Amino acid sequence: MTTTADRPSRVPHKATDEPEGVGSPGERPIGYGSLRRKEDPRFIRGKGRYLDDMLLPGMLHGAVLRSTVAHARLVSIDTTAALAHPKVKAVITGKDLEPLNLAWAPTLSNDVQSVLVTDKVRFQGQEVAFVIAEDAYSARDALELIDVEYDVLPPVINAKKALDPGAPIIRDDLEGRTDNHIFDWESGDKEATEKVFAEADVVVTREVLYPRVHPAPMETCGAIADYEPVDGKLTIYTTTQAPHAHRTVYALVSGIPEHKIRIVSPDIGGGFGNKVGIYPGYVCAVVGSIVTGHPVKWMEDRSENLMSTSFARDYHMHGEIAATRDGKILGLRTDTLADHGAFNGTAQPTKYPAGFFHIFTGSYDLQAAYCKVTGVYTNKAPGGVAYACSFRVTEAAYLVERMVDALAIELDMDPAELRLRNLLKPEQFPYTSKTGWEYDSGEYEKTLRLAMEMAGYDDLRREQAEKRERGELMGIGLSFFTETVGAGPRKHMDILGLGMADGAELRIHPTGKAVLRLSCMTQGQGHETTFAQIVAEELGISPDDIEVVQGDTDQTPFGLGTYGSRSTPVSGAAAAMVARKVRERARIVAAAMLEVSADDLEWEKGGFHVKGDPSAARTMTEIAMAAHSDLELPDGVEGHLDATCVYNPPNLTYPCGAYICVVDVDGGTGQVKVRRFVAVDDCGVRINPMIVEGQVHGGLADGIGMALMEVMAFDPDGNHLGASFMDYLLPTSMECPSWELGETVTPSPHHPIGAKGVGESATVGSPPAVVNAVLDAIGVRHADMPLTPAHVWRAMQGRPLRTDLAIG
Amino acid sequence: MQVTMTVNGVEVTREVEPRRLLVHFIREDLRLTGTHWGCDTSNCGVCVVLVDGTPVKSCTMLAASAGGHEVRTVEGLEQGGKLDPIQDAFMEKHGLQCGFCTPGMMLTSRALLDANPDPSEDEIREAISGQICRCTGYSTIVRSVRWAAEQEQKARDGESAAGSTADEGTHETADHERAGATA
Repeated sequence: MTTTADRPSRVPHKATDEPEGVGSPGERPIGYGSLRRKEDPRFIRGKGRYLDDMLLPGMLHGAVLRSTVAHARLVSIDTTAALAHPKVKAVITGKDLEPLNLAWAPTLSNDVQSVLVTDKVRFQGQEVAFVIAEDAYSARDALELIDVEYDVLPPVINAKKALDPGAPIIRDDLEGRTDNHIFDWESGDKEATEKVFAEADVVVTREVLYPRVHPAPMETCGAIADYEPVDGKLTIYTTTQAPHAHRTVYALVSGIPEHKIRIVSPDIGGGFGNKVGIYPGYVCAVVGSIVTGHPVKWMEDRSENLMSTSFARDYHMHGEIAATRDGKILGLRTDTLADHGAFNGTAQPTKYPAGFFHIFTGSYDLQAAYCKVTGVYTNKAPGGVAYACSFRVTEAAYLVERMVDALAIELDMDPAELRLRNLLKPEQFPYTSKTGWEYDSGEYEKTLRLAMEMAGYDDLRREQAEKRERGELMGIGLSFFTETVGAGPRKHMDILGLGMADGAELRIHPTGKAVLRLSCMTQGQGHETTFAQIVAEELGISPDDIEVVQGDTDQTPFGLGTYGSRSTPVSGAAAAMVARKVRERARIVAAAMLEVSADDLEWEKGGFHVKGDPSAARTMTEIAMAAHSDLELPDGVEGHLDATCVYNPPNLTYPCGAYICVVDVDGGTGQVKVRRFVAVDDCGVRINPMIVEGQVHGGLADGIGMALMEVMAFDPDGNHLGASFMDYLLPTSMECPSWELGETVTPSPHHPIGAKGVGESATVGSPPAVVNAVLDAIGVRHADMPLTPAHVWRAMQGRPLRTDLAIG
Repeated sequence: MQVTMTVNGVEVTREVEPRRLLVHFIREDLRLTGTHWGCDTSNCGVCVVLVDGTPVKSCTMLAASAGGHEVRTVEGLEQGGKLDPIQDAFMEKHGLQCGFCTPGMMLTSRALLDANPDPSEDEIREAISGQICRCTGYSTIVRSVRWAAEQEQKARDGESAAGSTADEGTHETADHERAGATA
């Protein structure tokens, strides 16, 4: 166990007397450790290459006209004036797309989504028409020249009213549709759970809302489509986290053969799930390029990003927890309403329409659990896999951690003590949860105790008691989360029928330098560094000598990309496995070089030597040259060292963490100040601890944003009330404290390098800690996020603002 | 209309529409794409440049208004093949992840250090509070600025100890070097 608060980055597993420096002659090559990032030199010089930086010869610019109303039948679109604009090259409407069979496109949940409206608009901000002009300013100007007539219909904004008899039918495009119901889904044992609840001493109930929020990466979404008619090749440069999945979907939708489609993802300015889906603007850019014969760029603006691209959450959760009077948790139950917006565009494995929400039993040993989720349509933007949600683990962790705190209040027990009594014990792993998950490993109590020790938990409680005497409001909030990430085993998990395995290719050049090609795609996580380190660790080559290629489907093997914290668990495993294949090929070559049997060789990082004779050795660099030389190899051995691999995870990985948040609340204004935040994460083996800590820091800030500031609210007419950064508030340096980080390391037993992934851990774990802290400070049983000053102040007056009621 | 300004020490003259925003002038007319665009409402700060040494959100200033002024962008931080200490600091202290807010953050930090060579954590937080980073949670940016301040102080100490004005180049660290090695 180590604590890492504000410590200089370091190399945890190296002896201190080992030399520092990268790949200097005679030094042990570096694998894991806090290495400066290989991608940084271009970013700090302003030489990153993001989509909007790209300029292709003859490129035109597209702009999307969007619906001003939430629900309306389209009467007419008049594009005459726009087409007369001297710089406008084309205007595309739904009518133009219908004959191409492109007016509608499949979503990632086997629903369909309108590309450009043909019948009626179903949310404010929906795509209505696409203008292509010589420059971006003119394209925007021309939007003003399009005249659209709507016949306005009553909208469904509050998900709780979506299933009311007589509610307006949103999806009348779907044959036979008579209501706004999408799905019912359940997990766990209903009867066993009812029995546990019937016999329990204590049952606590809460209505818990996880409001609709938005990932809002600093770079918005966009695409440049470049169709080359002579060879029939379509190249799409685009901000995608999942280039290969995009290629397949484009092929299926457009009819262009998949080998004629190339997706290139340049540097991405943050994703957080926002850049998983295919948005209508991308499809319009493709059509625009085919129609005009020029490359067409479409880059959304911030309001478009907030109003129309993948939102996150919007789960209305009825939670129940059952326990004995002395604090043994017995059961959990939830009936949840999921607001999916106007089209079911959530990206979840097909079997799991509510994602992995059924990991809602969290980190606790209990007897029975049951969850039911109902998905409904509303007149809001579609989406759903976004904002570091780990496939809805975020909602699940929030629910269970709020329920445990609610139980602690009911039992008048310290929330840390209640958690310690109920956490799973190390000897229970692998642990099969009551909803069917097989947790791989964890040392929960050790993790929580470390967080409490770092925070000085007992001292904090004493300080709180003293402050209460003086009328000052201080709160201490805990959460303990377990994630399930690294989706996933192919027989259980797919997106649109594509199994969630990932490929890797490793080339070793004659001089011993390497190129690693991956199917995942960084959006700032530092893959160029981390994945080079994985191969470096396996082969003993310097990370400097390993080039990592990603984001170009013509250059990389198939795989489903980066979301759900799956890069290290899946692609990281693929990188290690492909390096091991290379090593075994190198063994045969080394044996030929040393004229011994391959079985007589021993691997030591950096090369092979004959067992018992370290002087009879060959380095990887020497082996690489020999593998390409005239060295005689055994019959059937091909030569060269290159290898490919596909990694199909045997199970998911289960990172966990214990978070403690300390807040001070101004009783006069309701203003919350996060004074301290202690986060102990166990993500298994850490490849680059500096990068891991950076991932945690970012997620903690996300959590503070969601808990205290962020909400995508709507008025009863369906007007979006958070359509710019003036209204959709994100945390700044002033709301965030200096994070205090710690770690426990429980390797995943089934992962080749024991890593579990960390990308979303802090986003999952931090919101309940912040909310629990605020409620602890003000002594209120429940209030929903975001806990803005107005909201906190009202809660203190006994009149909490129900965000869901305020939004329609 | 014609506009003339100095950008990274070079005088440039261009014909622009009066409504053209400075951010688009820098990115598209001058092709200096290190300055980014993020929100249109002056909230996010990925478009920050220095105008006469002061951080300005270039999405909120017209190119025409910058006429006659000195603009410095991220491309102007590295001078004579030497990184500015703030650039080295962001790499050393992991002050960036996706890199999108980084140019603006570094320029604001440069302006802060020019005005206040020894800023406290609170002063750094306040200086960057008009800019949003979605990746780092800000702590590593604060540490980066502190680290740069310390490096610059060491350089000044070295200069006065040597009695010379020669730049000892404490920030001549290779780009890709083990983090923490010089911490």
